Amino acid sequence: MLLLLHPAALAAHEGGAAVGFVSGLEHPISGLDHVLAMVAVGLWGAQLGQPAVWVLPVVFPVVMALGGMLGLLGVPLPGVEVGIALSAIVLGAMVLGEVKAPPVVTALVVGIFAIFHGHAHGTELPEGASGVTYSVGFVVATGMLHAAGITIGLIHRWPAGQKALRVAGAAVAISGVAFLVRALTG
Amino acid sequence: MSTVPRPHPVVRGLVACLGAGTLLLASPKPALAHLVTTGLGPYYDGIGHLLVTPQDLLPLLGLDLLGGLGGPEVARRILFAVPAAWFLGGLVGVTRTQEVTLPVILSLSVLTVGALLALDRRWGSGAVVGVGVAVALLHGFLNGTAMGAVGLGVGALAGIACTAFVILALAGALGVVHRKGWTRIAIRVAGSWMVATGLFMLGWALR
Repeated sequence: MLLLLHPAALAAHEGGAAVGFVSGLEHPISGLDHVLAMVAVGLWGAQLGQPAVWVLPVVFPVVMALGGMLGLLGVPLPGVEVGIALSAIVLGAMVLGEVKAPPVVTALVVGIFAIFHGHAHGTELPEGASGVTYSVGFVVATGMLHAAGITIGLIHRWPAGQKALRVAGAAVAISGVAFLVRALTG
Repeated sequence: MSTVPRPHPVVRGLVACLGAGTLLLASPKPALAHLVTTGLGPYYDGIGHLLVTPQDLLPLLGLDLLGGLGGPEVARRILFAVPAAWFLGGLVGVTRTQEVTLPVILSLSVLTVGALLALDRRWGSGAVVGVGVAVALLHGFLNGTAMGAVGLGVGALAGIACTAFVILALAGALGVVHRKGWTRIAIRVAGSWMVATGLFMLGWALR
């Protein structure tokens, strides 16, 4: 981590745009819609237990990065903001309902929404030379958000914790509705 | 006939050191004490180059962990094969006077190593070492062209290869020790993050 913060690797200013590890670290947490969805993935994984608890945080960053690559290449994806809002609604609902499904199905649900998140990030990425350090920071931040969700989800072992998680899922889903309204009304 | 006793060996050594020191101090050559003008030397430049180049560090760490997950035997082969291949690739690259950059191929190397790590299959030691050598030759070649372009030469390559050896020894041991349970899963997750990083790098390279 210290090496990645080394000034030689940061290349923090390129023609006015800030890139580098720290910028990449900040980007996934720049939007509440992204943050809630990524934490919800961790919460849902914690509810589902093995193997979803680690499969979902593997699937999301990889598929998100694929979406990011498409965004970087300018491949159009319609309804990105709607997709992101829906991800909060659906993932929040999954946590609220403690929905159990086979790992393949859960991975598919998470993967579909990860594309939208990744595409949004990919189109927003600033011009600059230090794609490597930015990418590393970005992926690490995404993984840390999932880890935060999983850590919070550990309270699932207690009955009160299970209720608290479902309340959290409801809160994420309601926030998703607000994001959807914002996305539809522009 | 009286003999003059010879001084004690320690005393003789001290006198020799004093004499050499006096000659050096009296030397007309400049001390060149400021690193701004001299630098640390090509060997240390090579060490620094690897340590601050994430596109080299990432696949190196991935290969370490991949070798470690395969067990001590595979880790040992990676430990010696990868730095040697890196150095050989560098020797080929250092003959060029212009730096070669292959961002797409570099992205694919990060992606490939990450995918192998994330999938965590029984790849076999030959396959793992083969991938390691191929990645090392590629990165070594590119490092060599970078060193050659600034006139750093074989000394820098030696620094890079030695640093790679040390990193492989440390991180490979980590992979060997944490081959079971949750730590193995954590290593697989790290591999998936490498895949994600490689995809972003690929998009950036093709942009």
